[in-house]
Amino acid sequence: MESLTLSDVEQKYYSELFLFCDVDNTKKVASNGKVLDLFRAAQLSNEVVHQITELCGATRLGHFGRSQFYIALKLIALAQSGLPLRVESLNNVRDLPLPRFVMGKNEQEMRHAVMFADTENQGPYLPRPPGRVQAKKVSAHEMIQPCVPTVDPQPDTTSPVVSPHQSPPTSPHAWRKHKRQASGGNVDRQPSVPGVVWPPFREAQPGPVTGDGLWSAHSPPPVQESWVSFTDTPPSCTLPMHPPSAQQLQQENSNGGLLLLTQPESTTVRTVPSSMTTNEIQRQTSGYDDPWKITDEQRQYYINQFKTIQADLTGFIPGSAAKEFFTKSKLPILELSHIWELSDFDKDGALTLDEFCAAFHLVVARKNGYDLPEKLPESLMPKLIDLDDSAGVPEPDPEVGFSASPVEVTPNKSPSMPSLNQNWPELNQSNEDTAIVHPVPIRMTPSKIHMQEMELKRTGSDHTHPTSPLMAKPPELSEETKLAAAIKFPGTTVGDGYSSSDSFTSDQEPISSAVNRQRSHSGTSPEGLKVVAPPPPPPRIITSHSRSSSLDMNRNFAAVPAGPQQPGVVAFPPAVPPRPLPTQTSVPHGHRSVEGDGLPSHPSTSPQQMPEQPNFADFSQFQVFAVDQPADDGEKPSDSGQAERSAETTGTMRTAKNEVQAEERNANSVNSAKVSTPLAPPPKPVRRRLKSEDELRPDVEDLPQKSTVIATVLATQPSIPRSIGKDKKAIQASIRRNKETNTVLARLNSELQQQLKDLLEERISLEVQLEQLRPFSHL
Amino acid sequence: MAVCIAVIAKENYPLYIRSVPTQGELKFHYTVHTSLDVVEEKISGVGKALADQRELYLGLLYPTEDYKVYGYVTNSKVKFVIVVDSSNTSLRDNEIRSMFRKLHNSFTDVMCNPFYNPGDPIQSKAFDSIVSTMMVQAF
Repeated sequence: MESLTLSDVEQKYYSELFLFCDVDNTKKVASNGKVLDLFRAAQLSNEVVHQITELCGATRLGHFGRSQFYIALKLIALAQSGLPLRVESLNNVRDLPLPRFVMGKNEQEMRHAVMFADTENQGPYLPRPPGRVQAKKVSAHEMIQPCVPTVDPQPDTTSPVVSPHQSPPTSPHAWRKHKRQASGGNVDRQPSVPGVVWPPFREAQPGPVTGDGLWSAHSPPPVQESWVSFTDTPPSCTLPMHPPSAQQLQQENSNGGLLLLTQPESTTVRTVPSSMTTNEIQRQTSGYDDPWKITDEQRQYYINQFKTIQADLTGFIPGSAAKEFFTKSKLPILELSHIWELSDFDKDGALTLDEFCAAFHLVVARKNGYDLPEKLPESLMPKLIDLDDSAGVPEPDPEVGFSASPVEVTPNKSPSMPSLNQNWPELNQSNEDTAIVHPVPIRMTPSKIHMQEMELKRTGSDHTHPTSPLMAKPPELSEETKLAAAIKFPGTTVGDGYSSSDSFTSDQEPISSAVNRQRSHSGTSPEGLKVVAPPPPPPRIITSHSRSSSLDMNRNFAAVPAGPQQPGVVAFPPAVPPRPLPTQTSVPHGHRSVEGDGLPSHPSTSPQQMPEQPNFADFSQFQVFAVDQPADDGEKPSDSGQAERSAETTGTMRTAKNEVQAEERNANSVNSAKVSTPLAPPPKPVRRRLKSEDELRPDVEDLPQKSTVIATVLATQPSIPRSIGKDKKAIQASIRRNKETNTVLARLNSELQQQLKDLLEERISLEVQLEQLRPFSHL
Repeated sequence: MAVCIAVIAKENYPLYIRSVPTQGELKFHYTVHTSLDVVEEKISGVGKALADQRELYLGLLYPTEDYKVYGYVTNSKVKFVIVVDSSNTSLRDNEIRSMFRKLHNSFTDVMCNPFYNPGDPIQSKAFDSIVSTMMVQAF
């Protein structure tokens, strides 16, 4: 027959129809049967049909071969357009609309064709429901216009979407079918397409046909056909592609686009497309779930494309690269610009993986003829969480390190904690006891350190390790370093816990009490250590001898809870026995005569002790200790350390503390300690009488501080300068002097008071006399 | 509330201009054009400081009997001009500022689009929608 040039659309359409008619698959159709039905469905008069048949040569052949069929179809189109049927016009007429057949053919092809055509043309209907292109469009439009068949490609799931656009089938051509699809069988491939009604192509839309919903959003008509199906099958089926879109598809193909093969279901379609254009890529915009959903295949494809541009899937594609890439799709810049606006969700000028997939998907859809939505469909919304999550995680870690100490307190509470915890465990691991317990602020006082050291020694852990930091910490620890203190025993028994209940005791107690206390802080200890870095004021150092063997003492003291002094006491390395002497001597300097006795003796010792005490400034503290110690001594003969400790305390204190020597002095010493104001203030409160070490210890809350300080001091300074002893004496002397002055003044006061009384009495008497006299005068 | 919104490029040609009462567009175009002189005057006036010192919001450029013209210039010398009807309940300065801020933001978004060539007329739908929200109210 005459050569026939068909546009791509037409070609696709025709081939679909041919396949539809060619039920026998013999590649030629009989004159009767479907062909005639088809022709009649074209709503042409029989005469015209006959004429067409004749023209196309079927009459001659007796059947319709493919070419005849095509010619016939074209003639039908001509006829429908009102053009004269001329063979010549077959090729001359351009832009001939596709022949329209009104029938409920389920041919998908038809539908597809219609759809495509419709979709393309029928602007109004949503043929392109964004993306859904699924042939639904076809349904929408009643007419299968040659309009470029929007790529029906219903991207996979494009479900029914199409229909919505089209509101009530405008024209009877009910091809509405939405063709499609293949995907799932939903497609009813055989939707009974009512001739005129929009067959709601409700073809089984594959589950997702949420598209309907989507479309409905877009367009009123709920016709949702289930185009569906794309989803199921690999992005397939592309309905007869609109020629341009076909071209685009081709391009896409060249771009490595995903070729959506039409699904087998749309066999006819498939074949058609295959024959027609390779573009059938059908990218199927089907990604749309609801018309915009991205199927896995598509997504995978997009991801691969993403990788070609940017290897890192969590990275960004810069705008320029994206521009080049999408420009290859040959879409108009304006549309690309619009796609970009839609897909660049965070408006940063770069595309993340999700954004890229969305953009790609939109491009595919657009190429398939779907209109771009006004706003980004939900299914294409990039998920920003992923990146955030990944990004968020690492961050806390670094922070964690530092906030360790505070963090300890709430290891798991804060978001950053987890990371902290992560860090801590490491830290803790080093510690034996580390079990991070509730972080208790612990004052890392030197004493504590000592205690810790002791513990360490006891536990056999690396004492040095803890101690060193401890030592370093004492300054800070003292008093308030909580937690950080905890850390102080990085590996040691921090366990004690930073029971910081008492600032002072915290050091000691924890140490003593808790071997088990976890050093929760220890976890943080490293950090804490850092925090506590600044060495505590020397006074802190308790007479407790650092690291010395006064473990026992520490232990002992530790046992004694109170011992605020404990720390100091404990700290006292037992190795410093001489200490007590000076303390004892100092103790007595209190105004007791007895003490006085002792004092002389003490001083002797004190000097000895002094040297041990690195820090005599805290004599008061030491005194307290000394005071305490004596009591303790009573209890613990082994409190040599105590004595030492006492020695550590300020000279006077130390002397006072010579528990070892003067138990009774303890009391005195305590007093004296109290009196010895010159001594470091801190001890003052501590100056309790050394009733007993136990008592003292608990009592001396403050004292512990001092003692700790002292201990730390002692610890740090094992050797006490002799001068301390001298100082002690001086202090004692001054104390005595002051006391004398006090006495004198007190006496004076009393005398004056007496005088005052006398005078008052006189006055009263005089007044009385005056009164007596006066009346007379009055009179 | 604006009656006319215009975006003028650095070279003083319009990138985007839209008026609400479409019939009187020419008049607004003319107004915007003349307001450019005032804008130039204002931005050149601040000689001492650089752009950062200069206030982006120029304020009321000049009032006429029917309407008022407000100006705003970005650091890249892109000017926004808003013409509001005087009969409107006088919009507070803050509102005008917020309008300009929105315009600036959406303009930035347009700029971020790699497919947009600076200097092209703005055809972004998002930008249009923003402008519409500002203009529709005028009616």
